[in-house]
Amino acid sequence: MPNPTYIILILLLPLASFLLMGLFGRSYIKNASGLISTAMLFVATCLAFYVAYGYFFEYGNVNGVYQKLIPFKYTWLEFSKGVSIDMGILLDPITAMMLVVVTLISLMVHIYSLGYMKGEERFATYYSFLGLFTFSMLGLVIASNIFQIYIFWELVGVSSFLLIGYYFEKPSAVAACKKAFIVTRFADLGFLIGILILSFYAGTLDFNTLIQRLTSPESMEFKTAVASSFLGISALTWGMVLVFVGGAGKSAMFPLHIWLPDAMEGPTPVSALIHAATMVVAGVFLVARLFPVFALSTPDALHIVAYVGATSALIAAIIACTQTDIKRVLAFSTMSQIGFMMFALGVSKYGGEEGLGYTASMFHLFTHALFKALLFLGAGAVIHFVHSNDMNDMGGLRKHLPITHATFLIACLAISGVPPFAGFFSKEEILLAAFQHNPTIYWIALLTSGLTAFYMFRLYFSIFWNKEYHPHGEHHGEGGFAMMMPLVLLAVGAAAAGFIPFGKFVSSDGKALISEFHLQFSIAPVALGLVGILTALLLYKKQNSKPDTIASSLNALYKAAYHKFYIDELYLFITKKILFNLVGRPAAWFDKNVVDGMVNATGNSTQTISEKIKGFQSGKVQEYAIYFLAGATALAVCGIYLWK
Amino acid sequence: MNLLILILVPIITALAVLMMRNNNLVRWTAFIGSGIQLLLSLGLYYAFNQARAHGETSQMLFEQKTELFKSWNISLHLGVDGISVAMILLTSFVVVAGVLMSWKVEKMTKEFFFLLILLSMGAYGFFISLDLFILFFFLEVAVIPKYLLIGIWGSGKKEYSANKLALMLMGGSALVLLGLLGLYLSAGKTFDLIQLSQIQIPVRTQMICYPLLFVGFGIFTALFPFHTWVPDGHSSAPTAGSMFLAGISMKLGGYGCLRVATYLMPEGAHEYANIVIVLSTIAIFYGAFATMMQTDLKYINAYSSVSHCGFVLLGIGMLTKVAITGAVMQMVSHGLMTALFFAVIGMIYERTHTRQVNEMGGLLKVMPFTITLLFIVGFCSLGLPGLSGFVAEMTIFMGAWEHPDTFHRVATVLACMSIVVTAVYILRAVGKTAMGPLKEEYNHLTDATWNEKLAAIVLMIGILAIGLAPGWLNQLVSPGAEVIMQKLK
Repeated sequence: MPNPTYIILILLLPLASFLLMGLFGRSYIKNASGLISTAMLFVATCLAFYVAYGYFFEYGNVNGVYQKLIPFKYTWLEFSKGVSIDMGILLDPITAMMLVVVTLISLMVHIYSLGYMKGEERFATYYSFLGLFTFSMLGLVIASNIFQIYIFWELVGVSSFLLIGYYFEKPSAVAACKKAFIVTRFADLGFLIGILILSFYAGTLDFNTLIQRLTSPESMEFKTAVASSFLGISALTWGMVLVFVGGAGKSAMFPLHIWLPDAMEGPTPVSALIHAATMVVAGVFLVARLFPVFALSTPDALHIVAYVGATSALIAAIIACTQTDIKRVLAFSTMSQIGFMMFALGVSKYGGEEGLGYTASMFHLFTHALFKALLFLGAGAVIHFVHSNDMNDMGGLRKHLPITHATFLIACLAISGVPPFAGFFSKEEILLAAFQHNPTIYWIALLTSGLTAFYMFRLYFSIFWNKEYHPHGEHHGEGGFAMMMPLVLLAVGAAAAGFIPFGKFVSSDGKALISEFHLQFSIAPVALGLVGILTALLLYKKQNSKPDTIASSLNALYKAAYHKFYIDELYLFITKKILFNLVGRPAAWFDKNVVDGMVNATGNSTQTISEKIKGFQSGKVQEYAIYFLAGATALAVCGIYLWK
Repeated sequence: MNLLILILVPIITALAVLMMRNNNLVRWTAFIGSGIQLLLSLGLYYAFNQARAHGETSQMLFEQKTELFKSWNISLHLGVDGISVAMILLTSFVVVAGVLMSWKVEKMTKEFFFLLILLSMGAYGFFISLDLFILFFFLEVAVIPKYLLIGIWGSGKKEYSANKLALMLMGGSALVLLGLLGLYLSAGKTFDLIQLSQIQIPVRTQMICYPLLFVGFGIFTALFPFHTWVPDGHSSAPTAGSMFLAGISMKLGGYGCLRVATYLMPEGAHEYANIVIVLSTIAIFYGAFATMMQTDLKYINAYSSVSHCGFVLLGIGMLTKVAITGAVMQMVSHGLMTALFFAVIGMIYERTHTRQVNEMGGLLKVMPFTITLLFIVGFCSLGLPGLSGFVAEMTIFMGAWEHPDTFHRVATVLACMSIVVTAVYILRAVGKTAMGPLKEEYNHLTDATWNEKLAAIVLMIGILAIGLAPGWLNQLVSPGAEVIMQKLK
């Protein structure tokens, strides 16, 4: 069996790029930093493709089952026997797929940024952060140990923080990066406690051992984990739900999604990489990684995953219909699509035909990464051109940005599930999985995919059609080759990726899953998608007042959706009013006045008392004689009294 | 390796400082002296590992014993185990950085450096003593210079802070002394730590002496509710003073709680463990919330130290090998991190002449090196993997989680929750200082000078060495923790 330890190089290259640009970029490398980073990432991408090819076609498949290989493992911190944080590589189908996705999208963004970020003062810093992010994300997907995934999970969070706050002089960017970090940190708390619970019962942190112990009903670990309970729910379920909370935070699932729209303050290529294609799917990846435990041991936790996913998908789609900032529309669409991936996992079972949801979820993750990165990069080109994020400042751009227009259209068709584009295939599978296992979720999903088509084409028509665009001042066309090449490449992917027989490679149990194509099943979603597109066409292709009329007729609902259902305000209330004013302020006051007050009071009273009694030491012999007499008398009285 | 050299080098340095004619020579003498000490402690670490690798299994290495007062049974008994070596390493890193950060002290320079080196001598002596009387002596040596450092070179309400700090720490020492005398009288008239650990100390003595010693040492390490000297003391102290205070002095307490109180009195430790856990959880949580409301950078770091030192005491209170290892790691990590934090605050203050976060903003633009450090140290404080804080905290959590009962679980979960609150206050402080629009009056600010850079790099090396490859520290400390645990069983 081959031992692909060179996978580690895929990680080390972005890390080297981070260190190189971070340490020397500002002073020595400067403008070449982009090219050097991109070159390094290109090598990493080639390696990732090579690994994926080798795994899927050469050595990964043994007797029809894809193996979980551990080509590398290093004990990083040992707590006690068997319980240690290892830095290792776990190579299985989803790792191989994610390696390709992450490096590919990252490479596209690296190339695109050469044009988009040109002339930025902190160009090298930008590339160093990109390198850090890519390294952390890759570390996350190869993790062989649950604590290792947590480590890279946090590193991904911090790179996201740094990149959202890249324009650090803008107060809104500062607020957004803090919000993103703190909200995900809050979710990570759940993840951490979940890890503690799981590791306590499983007696290991290693993924393979952990999954094996917690899924076999005969093992001691499984029995104790199920037997011990808290508030009537088994410890194992608690652990898995808490781990999912971490995943939900990173993947911007309702109600922990509030950071994602604000995260759009970062440079647009960053949004494409982190907040669309890679980091935000980390939660989905985490659930997929622990899927056997979810599916076999804690079906209740998996139900929660399903409903959280479905709710997020629907709510985000509704909000997306009302937003006017094009990046925010895309952000909510991301949240909605990740909701699809989540509930696909949620409705899935383990093994065989029943595991269709798992395959579908991973498939959608793959196709979504392509078309969503494309949408964001396209949006970046648009923003680059009009210098605004607002849809109302755009319109009629198809003549000015022909390549962007064409690629954006392909991406919109893909996300709306129009055959034969990539999104069609993955979404069909998801819907089919939902249809087979959970009708409620199926209907929610169907409605959501109609809405998806509507808001995506609302976006498309508002940008490229609607009113005429009158350029003012000088403008610099579509951006150079660096910006257009990734768009075209991704468009090819978004158009063709659906034809990959995904089930053959990725399935819940490693065996090939041949999904059949059901024509009659596809009619409903495709028709609904077309209805959505047609509605958008009627409302937004030409400038008219119909959208406003509809908006005002739906007054309350529209307003609520426009304000994102006031969830941000709710959070602000909890943090500012309750945590700051009712906990923080009293704690600080208590410390200053009560605890420290006591210390000062001790000091002051000592001083006062000594002030009072210092008169005794007057130095006058007569006074001392009186004290002596008084004392002697008192002693004598006591002595007589006691003696009796 | 003769451990006496660890005390002699600081003494010689201190005397040499006194003899130097001009300030420049004073600085360089202090720097070279502390540099030699740093090399020596690295050498000690190397020698210690070598000895262990060659199968040296005795509990303490490089032991030596010279009788001082025969009638009282006091002797100069020195020796180190992994825990002491870790603390000595920490001290030597912080001392070098502190000396470098004091390069610009112009007022009574000679006396300033003399006191710094004297203080460090007390700390080194404390960590290598195996005789409780000598240990107590060194503890006092490490306290008194602080009073002068704050009172003379401090800022703000320095007299008040100096008095408060000295009195509270002296109060702590008084309790320690009482506890030590109690041990001495009831357990065979000896101050020798090793001998004391081999005899069964009467349970009644333990019930009285454990709280005395734990609270006494605990005051040094900001045990709630005796922590209020920390914010005032730190904020009034000069930069190096704060660094020493948080990086070294607070660690004396943690080490004492572990080595003297917990190790010698297992029954007492078990009896009072729950109280320790409650107090330290309060410190962690309440310190974090109190930090959230502070606007002065030094107060922010001081209150956050209360919270972080709560982890040390929590780890000790949990009484498991992993948690105790974590507590020691947290001491080392917090010492390095907080020293760097104070150094960065000093660099900022020297240039902006304010420590109020609301009056700053956008400093990243003009001071990239300094502010990058501020980011790194902030991330370390909030437990980012790759930096030392994460390793220590996670080790404590893993150790604490070994207790399956509800009480320990709740305490651990509460302690875990502080990672969110920490993130809130750190990002708030860092965000307000470093990000946002730059004020016009700060346009001309310059970045760190060579000595500041060097100080920061020294501390960064320590932080990264633990954060990136924690295995070495774990292997150094955990056998020491194992010995303590065996006695606690």
